[in-house]
Amino acid sequence: MYILANTQASNFVTGVDRAFLVILGISFFFLIGLTLVMIYFIYRYNKKRNPEATQIKGSNTLEVVWTVIPTILVLVMFYYGWAGWKPMKNAPEDSFEIDVISRMWNFTFEYENGKKTDTLFIPMDKPVKLNLISVDVIHSVYIPAFRVKEDVVPGREKFMWFIPQKEGIFELFCTEYCGLQHSYMYNWVKVMPEDQFNSWYADTTILVAGTVDSPTASGKRIMTNIGCLACHSLDGSKLVGPSFKGLYGHEVTVKAGGETKTVVADDEYIKRSIYDPNSEIVEGFPKGMMQSYQGQLSDDDIALMIEYLKTLK
Amino acid sequence: MQASSHIPHDVSYLEYKGKHNGLLSWILSTDHKRIGLLYMYSMMTLFLVGVVLGLAMKFELIAPGKTIMDAQDYNAVFTVHGVIMIFMIVVPGLPAVFGNFLLPIMIGAKDVAFPKLNLASWYVYIAGALLVIASLLFGDGSPDTGWTFYAPYSFKTGANMLPAIFGAFVLGFSSILTGLNFIVTIHRMRAPGMGWTKMPLFPWTLYGTAWIQLLATPVVGITLVLVALERIFGIGVFDPALGGDPILYQHLFWIYSHPAVYIMILPAMGAISEVIPTFSQKHVFGYKAIVASTMAIAFVGYFVWGHHMFTSGMSGTAQYTFSILTFLVAIPSAIKVFNWISTMYKGSINVQTPFYWAASFIFVFMIGGLSGLVLGALATDVYVHDTAFVVAHFHFIVFGGVGFAFFAAIHYWFPKMFGRMYDSLWANVGWIIFFIGFLALYSPMFYLGMQGMPRRYYDYLEQFHAANILSTLGSWVMTLGLVIIIINLFRSAKSGPIAGKNPWNGKTLEWTVPSPPPVENFETIPVYHEKDGPYEY
Repeated sequence: MYILANTQASNFVTGVDRAFLVILGISFFFLIGLTLVMIYFIYRYNKKRNPEATQIKGSNTLEVVWTVIPTILVLVMFYYGWAGWKPMKNAPEDSFEIDVISRMWNFTFEYENGKKTDTLFIPMDKPVKLNLISVDVIHSVYIPAFRVKEDVVPGREKFMWFIPQKEGIFELFCTEYCGLQHSYMYNWVKVMPEDQFNSWYADTTILVAGTVDSPTASGKRIMTNIGCLACHSLDGSKLVGPSFKGLYGHEVTVKAGGETKTVVADDEYIKRSIYDPNSEIVEGFPKGMMQSYQGQLSDDDIALMIEYLKTLK
Repeated sequence: MQASSHIPHDVSYLEYKGKHNGLLSWILSTDHKRIGLLYMYSMMTLFLVGVVLGLAMKFELIAPGKTIMDAQDYNAVFTVHGVIMIFMIVVPGLPAVFGNFLLPIMIGAKDVAFPKLNLASWYVYIAGALLVIASLLFGDGSPDTGWTFYAPYSFKTGANMLPAIFGAFVLGFSSILTGLNFIVTIHRMRAPGMGWTKMPLFPWTLYGTAWIQLLATPVVGITLVLVALERIFGIGVFDPALGGDPILYQHLFWIYSHPAVYIMILPAMGAISEVIPTFSQKHVFGYKAIVASTMAIAFVGYFVWGHHMFTSGMSGTAQYTFSILTFLVAIPSAIKVFNWISTMYKGSINVQTPFYWAASFIFVFMIGGLSGLVLGALATDVYVHDTAFVVAHFHFIVFGGVGFAFFAAIHYWFPKMFGRMYDSLWANVGWIIFFIGFLALYSPMFYLGMQGMPRRYYDYLEQFHAANILSTLGSWVMTLGLVIIIINLFRSAKSGPIAGKNPWNGKTLEWTVPSPPPVENFETIPVYHEKDGPYEY
C-alpha cells in the first residue's frame, strides 16, 4: 500500500501521509473504543444480568464533554489536512512546465521544445508543473505515488505541481469518469536523475517516435501517442469508432449533412476525418465522439500515419 | 380529516372493507398505513432490481479484463444502479415507508394532515420512477454517465439526460409534498399535551428531513430548467464548447444531492433512536442533545456540498471553508453515537433482532462517518477522491446507515404493521450473514482506494485483483443474507404467530394501539399529562 509504506516519491508525501496518520489514528481509536464499550454494555447490562434498568435521562456535563472534545479533534484534523494541502496550490516560478493534453481516452505530454510523449518523463528533484488541458470532457490526473490529483476541466486553465524525489516508474490514472474507455486511460510516469533527463530532453531529433526506423513504425508510434487506438481497433473489431483494418483505399459509407454517400478512404479522406471528424460520420457510429486534431497533428504526422494505415490490409 | 363515525374501531387497516376491493382498495386508499405499504412494495421491487445490477457489477470485477459484459454495458449498469438506489430508494425510503405508517400514530393522530395529498404523492413518486426508468430504456440506449450526470460528458453522450433529470425532479416533487404534509402534521396534529420536547425522536428526525426536502429539492428544478434551456436552445450554461461552465453544474448538482444524503440518514438515525431505548428498557440518554444534533445536521448539511469538488478547481478559500464546515457536521453525528451507547448503560438489554440491527448500525455508521473525516480533510481527500475509497465510504453510510436502519425498523415495527411476529431465529441468521457479507463486500474498497484504484473502473491493473475477489465474494454472502431476511418476513406476514399489542414493551404511542392498528388508529385521541413522555419506563 502506498500510504504509510514510506515511499518518499514527491515533496507532498510527508504532509499528506501525516494527515492520514492523524485522522486514521483518531478514527481507529474511537471506532475500537466505542465498539468495545458498546459490546461491554450489551454484555454487562443484558437483561439476564441486569433485570431492572436504572433510569438515567442524561447528563449535561457529559454532553458538554463529548461536544467539546470532538470539536477540538476535528479542528486538529482540519489543520493537518490543510497543512498537507496548502503547498499544492502554489507552484514555484522556476518550475519545469509540461502541457498535459487530455482527451477521451488518452493523455499526451507536450514539452516546450516540441517533444510529445505518452509517458511522462520528468527530472528528479526539480519542481515540475503540469498545465492541464482537456479537449473534450472532464478528466482527472492522479499520480498516487506523488499524492496529487487535479481535475482537467475543458475551458479552464488548471495546473498541478510537485517535486519528484524518487527514481522509478509510477502510475498515472484518469480518475474522473469519462466514458467507454475510462478504465484504460492510464499512463506511466518515469522519474529520471536530472542529467539523464537532460540528455533525453536535449535529443530533439526524436520528437515523437521512440526510434525512427521506418515511416510505418513512426506512424504507429504517433497514433499510439495521440490516442487513436483507444477508439479505433487494428484488428477489425468495433470500438467507439470504425476499425483501421482494411480501411485505406476501400469504400466507406458515410452520412454527411443528412445524406448517405459512399466515398473512398484515400489520403484526402483520412486528413478530413482527422481535422474535421464530424463532417462525415461512418454509418453506424455516433456523431460528436471525436474532436478535431487540428493543431495537434501536422500534415507530416498524418502522412506518416497513412503509411502505417496502408499496412493494415 | 374525514368524519369517522362510520368506521368501526375493531377492524384493522388490513381487513377494513371500504368502497373498493382488491388492488383498488390499496391504490385508492388515503389511509397513511396503506400508503406506507404501497411505498414499501414499490421500493422493494426497485431495490431488488438495484441489487441484481450491483451483483452483476461485482461479478464483472472479480477478475481484470472482460468477465461477463462489455465496458459499455458495465458503464450503463453502474449508472442505472446508482440512479435507482439513490433517487428511488434511499432518498424517499424511510420517510415514505415508516414515516407514513408511523408518524401519525406516534404523535397520536388519526392520519396525516392531508391524506389525499399523501396518496397523490405516491402517484407522483410512481410517475417519477416510470419517467426515469423510461429514460433508461428508451432513446439512444441506457445512460452511461454515472448517477451524477456530470457535464459536459453527459451532453456529449447519447444519454437521455433531460428526461432523467426531469424524472429526478418529479421524484423530488413527491418528496416535497410528503415533507410539506409531515411538517403540517407535526405542527398541528400532535396529541394534546405532547409538547415539542415530548415528541418521540423518530418524528423529530422526520421533521428535520421534511425541511430539507422542502428547501433543497427545488434546486433540482432550477438545474432542470438550465439543462433544458441548454439542450433545446443551445445557450451555454454548462457546456464549455458553448461558453458554459461545467463546474457550475457540479455546484448545482451537489447543492441538492449533498443535503439529500441527510434526507436519507436523519430518519435512519431516528429509527435507531427508537429501537435502542425500547430494547434497553430505559429512557433515551440525552433526549434534548439528540434533538439538537438532528436539527444541527439538517442545518449545517446545506453548506458542505463543496467537499465533493476539492479537485475540480474551486478557489483555495472555498476549499478550506467547505473542509471546515464538513468537519463541523461530524460533531452532531458523534454526539448521537455517544448518546445511543450511553442509553445502553445500566439498561436491561433484551437482545432481539431489531437490537442486533441497531448495534451493527452503530458499528457500520461509525466506519462510514469516520472514513468521512478522511474525505473532509483537504490533503487526504485529494488523494482518495474519486477512488474506490469514496465508494466504500458512501456505501457504509447510505447502505450501512440507511439499509441497516431500515432492517432494524422493519424488524421492530413488523409486529405492529402486520399483527404477526416473524421467526426470530431465521431473522438473526439472516442478520449475521448479511452483516459479514456487507463487511466483506465494502471494506476491501477502502483498501483499494488507499492503493489508488480509481472508481467507475471496468478493468483494473493486477495489483488491485486480490481485494476485488474478496469484495465479490462478499456480495454473494450479503445477498444470501438478504434472501433469508426477505423470505422470512414474507412468510411471517402471512403465517407468523399473532403478535400482541406491545411485544417489545415500548413506550411510544404506536404500542398503545392494537396490532395491526385500526383504520383510524385511536378510538379516542390520547392525552399526554405532565408525567407522560415517549421514553418513561
